[in-house]
Amino acid sequence: MRESMEAKRPFRFSTRLHLSELTGLRASNLSQLLDCIRNVPGSSIYYNTHAFLQQYQYLVPEPPHDFAYWVSEVLGEVELGEQLAGIDPLAYSKIHELQEKIAQTIEVYLQDNVFAKLRFARRNEEFNFIKTISFVLPTNFTAYDLREFMEALKKITIDSIYFHIFEARLRLQKPTNDFSIWIEESLGDKQLAERIARLDPYSRTLEDLRGAIIKIIEKRVSQ
Amino acid sequence: MAKIEEYAPIVGQSIIDDLRLLAEKLKDKTIQQFNSTAVGGGVAEILNRMVPLLNELNVNTRWEVIKGGEEFFTVTKKFHNALHGRPEEITGRDFEIFSETSLKNIEDLNIYGDIVVIHDPQPIGLIRKKSDNKWIWRCHIDLSNPNQKVWDFLRDFIVRYDSSVFSSPNFAQNLPIRQFLVAPSIDPLSDKNKELPQEAIDAVLKKYKIAADKPIITQISRFDRLKDPLGVIEAYLLVKKYIDCRLILAGGAASDDPEGEKVLGEVQEKAKDDPDIHILLLPQNDTDVNALQRASDVILQKSLKEGFGLTVTEGLWKAKPVVASNVGGIPLQIKHKYSGLLCHSIPGAAFAIRQLLNNPEYAKKLGENGREHIKNNFLLTRDLRDHMLLFLSLYHNEDIVYL
Repeated sequence: MRESMEAKRPFRFSTRLHLSELTGLRASNLSQLLDCIRNVPGSSIYYNTHAFLQQYQYLVPEPPHDFAYWVSEVLGEVELGEQLAGIDPLAYSKIHELQEKIAQTIEVYLQDNVFAKLRFARRNEEFNFIKTISFVLPTNFTAYDLREFMEALKKITIDSIYFHIFEARLRLQKPTNDFSIWIEESLGDKQLAERIARLDPYSRTLEDLRGAIIKIIEKRVSQ
Repeated sequence: MAKIEEYAPIVGQSIIDDLRLLAEKLKDKTIQQFNSTAVGGGVAEILNRMVPLLNELNVNTRWEVIKGGEEFFTVTKKFHNALHGRPEEITGRDFEIFSETSLKNIEDLNIYGDIVVIHDPQPIGLIRKKSDNKWIWRCHIDLSNPNQKVWDFLRDFIVRYDSSVFSSPNFAQNLPIRQFLVAPSIDPLSDKNKELPQEAIDAVLKKYKIAADKPIITQISRFDRLKDPLGVIEAYLLVKKYIDCRLILAGGAASDDPEGEKVLGEVQEKAKDDPDIHILLLPQNDTDVNALQRASDVILQKSLKEGFGLTVTEGLWKAKPVVASNVGGIPLQIKHKYSGLLCHSIPGAAFAIRQLLNNPEYAKKLGENGREHIKNNFLLTRDLRDHMLLFLSLYHNEDIVYL
């Protein structure tokens, strides 16, 4: 097992706790959904494409994000639901780009399926636009080398993992996740940083993701 | 009463650490909470658990109950029903009675909190005492289809608050103030939800003379029309055609609900010829409720309207398969076919119950998923966290807040 190299600067784990704010905007059919998607703030697109990751993190496989779930399960537009579920958030570095992609997908579908706009949700099953208010605060966990980093990873909340992986990238518009940035910049381990950046965080539960990152680092530490 | 550290084995130490970090940010604030009853109903139950824990975390919190006579509570019950969309005749006199009691409470109560939290419509008029402090209106009612006359009356008060809080996105209204979504929660360590040994469960069944000789379907609710106890009996009768089973309808009465006795009488009348229907009046007997839920094969919540439906939360936490109406906050708890079954009608409820009783493996899987869902989203620790975030949000308008 190799000696863990001390980082140029320590990694301070933060956590992100969120509060859901109701926008009061609702959609009953696809046309209304499209209209709202084009006009809601990015924090609402963020909520409706990411909240499920924490809410249903115990289910394997997880249900898809809110737009895809509602379109498939409530409106019965399974094909569009599949298209929406297939949009890869990692392909977009800014939330408004993801917003536009979702809107375009619905728009094209509506052009090809003119009767789709006639399907309405039942009462109380409308799509509700919610936005996320994020509270970011430092935790008591700090790592000065890779081994400490791995030990902290085992103890932090999934909220903390969520913050450094998901929120850092799409909402705070960093080029990749915080872990990879620190490993590359402070430990100089580009290969390890890339391996973590390549993990697909959207198709696994947060606990799974934690396990996968720990496994990759464990392997590195024991080399 | 449980201490905050006792929750760590259930939710994880890091969740408790996060609560302490948040509480630190509120150490110089005083919180006052007001509602209309100290016992009975979900609100009193939540406050009973939450207030001591906030204080233990050094968030100075006081809980006070407004006073009102029978006339006042008859009016607020009418408001409650009307806000849930039930037809009620609301007169000018009703509004007068409401305003008179509100004024009396304004005179009698000392309001000094930096943050004042008002629960439901009964104490809503206290807002007239607002100074430069922050006020939150916490609505526990299903407002998806409110009576306009009552809503307009209350709206004049609500717009003077800083923020409002609802249990489901479907209840959001057109308001000029911020509206937050905070689901209520259950306490996993309370008498109603803690683990019980099988002997304790058996003893409770024996106490109420309920034989465990056939599947048990249970609905725990106040005897209230909005909980549709008569519809529950009809659903049970449809199931009974194919599966020999028992039905338990059990619940207490809230001190602010004058209608309960009448509904109980109607339910007893409908059930009187069937020895397999057990109607139990359980005034605040939490351990018995816990045991009855744990003794059940299916938990039912066939409400016509529901603020959130904490009895659903309780059933899911006990890993029971739950059949519940697709109303209020229930769909937040049950993702259909993932963590329980949703229904829209009496035959729908009966069909879902039959599916579960005939497919125990499927029922077990739904129950297990349901427990995980509650663990992640609807336990008291999450509610504590959301409330502290809510308090902090009163001092921040941005979407990303660095603390």
